[in-house]
Amino acid sequence: MSGEFDQMYREVILDHYKNPRGHGTLEEPGAHAEGQNPLCGDEVSIYVAFGEDGETIEEVKFSGRGCAISQAATSMLTEMVKGRKASEVAVLPKEELLEEIGIPLSPVRLKCAILGLGTLKVALHKAKGTPLPEEWAGFANELELR
Amino acid sequence: MAVTTSKPLDARLLRADFPVFEHEIHGKPLAYLDSASSTQKPRQVLDELRTFYETSYANVHRGVYDLAERATAAFEGAREKARAYVNAPSAREMIFTRSTTEALNLVAYAWGLDNLGPGDVVVITELEHHANFVPWQFVAQRTGASFRHIPIDDLGELQLDALDELAASGRVKVVANNLVSNTLGTINPVEKLAAWAHEQGAIMVVDAAQAAPHRAVDVQALGCDFLAFSSHKLCGPTGVGALWGKAELLEAMSPFNLGGEMIRSVSLEKTTWNELPYKFEAGTPAIAEAVGFGAAIDYVSAIGPDAIAAHEHELVTYAMERLAEIPGLRVFGPPADRRTGIVSFDLEGIHPHDVAQVLDFEGIAVRAGHHCTQPLMTRLGVVATTRASFYLYSLPEEIDRLIDGLHKVRKVLG
Repeated sequence: MSGEFDQMYREVILDHYKNPRGHGTLEEPGAHAEGQNPLCGDEVSIYVAFGEDGETIEEVKFSGRGCAISQAATSMLTEMVKGRKASEVAVLPKEELLEEIGIPLSPVRLKCAILGLGTLKVALHKAKGTPLPEEWAGFANELELR
Repeated sequence: MAVTTSKPLDARLLRADFPVFEHEIHGKPLAYLDSASSTQKPRQVLDELRTFYETSYANVHRGVYDLAERATAAFEGAREKARAYVNAPSAREMIFTRSTTEALNLVAYAWGLDNLGPGDVVVITELEHHANFVPWQFVAQRTGASFRHIPIDDLGELQLDALDELAASGRVKVVANNLVSNTLGTINPVEKLAAWAHEQGAIMVVDAAQAAPHRAVDVQALGCDFLAFSSHKLCGPTGVGALWGKAELLEAMSPFNLGGEMIRSVSLEKTTWNELPYKFEAGTPAIAEAVGFGAAIDYVSAIGPDAIAAHEHELVTYAMERLAEIPGLRVFGPPADRRTGIVSFDLEGIHPHDVAQVLDFEGIAVRAGHHCTQPLMTRLGVVATTRASFYLYSLPEEIDRLIDGLHKVRKVLG
């Protein structure tokens, strides 16, 4: 198989995909949001529990179905944000996550990779009022017919 | 009836007309199995576009000079080809739109807003493409009409025994259905639905985007009131589609887009509308694209819709046989004899995006996603499917490569 192929489905991606960290839900989350990728219909729910200071992310869980890239990226994300403050994660650049994923992504697959991060930012915005720049606002759109 | 030939097509020979197949993808020959999304373009269409721009291009209809007259003749010639292709009674009933989507929006807005209200029922189906679903949902909500659907059975076929209940639920005013499902390939019983719609005093709106390129379509035999199809799914350019509608309905409707071309006269006090079909063609249309659409209709007509349908039937029969070899693979939809060249499937535990991505590395192009049919995905109990679709240039060995690719997908991700 081609090098490109080996790169995209490299061992660490397949490992996170097949054994996702933080997969599950939280009973009474301190923050919660549901995100959707309109390109493929994938859905992800993010649940956050905060520490005693009400700011530090103590636990993050996610549920939903998605492709290897979105599942692996969200799994990596849960490891990346644990122990960080909500305000810090709210401004976490997507590049930091993409670097961790470490594979070249087409624009369509980029949407898969950042679905979890966008949804987490929406959850924090809803619970803690952290800023949600326009770039991420689309993840919060609940499309309803008016 | 539209004139068709029953001579079988030679896909290998036709393939030479499509320059895209001269290029490799990831170092492998292209197996393009996404024609339901959009078809590739033959040289005959590409040449026509170029020749038209080089020799006959100007804006249409209002110019008095020679070039404008030639452009208008080519544009109106394309309209006549579109008319003949679906056996419409008159070219004034053929409206050029941007796409099938715009054509269906035109009907939903221009007919729906003035003819629907509380107590009325809009009927769509569970396997409708969003283009023939969302506009009706929206207009029903705007007008206070109720929005109901015809359910499908486990094979993805319409459950017509639900019609009585729908009829009892109010005044059915619109029935909207695709002639062929873009996700499952199901060939829907539009003649029956049209007859039922007319018994209820409703209009029948047909999305023929997945039908017109693949089999003979005859608006008079179908007995429908509106029918829409696209150029780009029929070997033609993007940006142009056609809406056929019965003249008496079109005459009674308000315009959809307003502006230049669609008027008879404009004053500060009052504007009157142009005659059909121009009343519905505001602004400069996609002129060269329409001419290219005409060339595509010529190309497809010369091969013959019946020959295309027969070729696709052979391919889809073979594909369904071979897909059954893959462990954990579930094919959705009806048996091969009740579908066109479309096959949607789920590979247990593996997301369609990953299936499509691994196949891409093998040079195989398939579509992964909800195919703009989310209510259908919900009914099937999946978020997305992988879809392979065939056309006149598709070959059995491309299906063999798909099968080999799917084995590889299972090895990597299973």
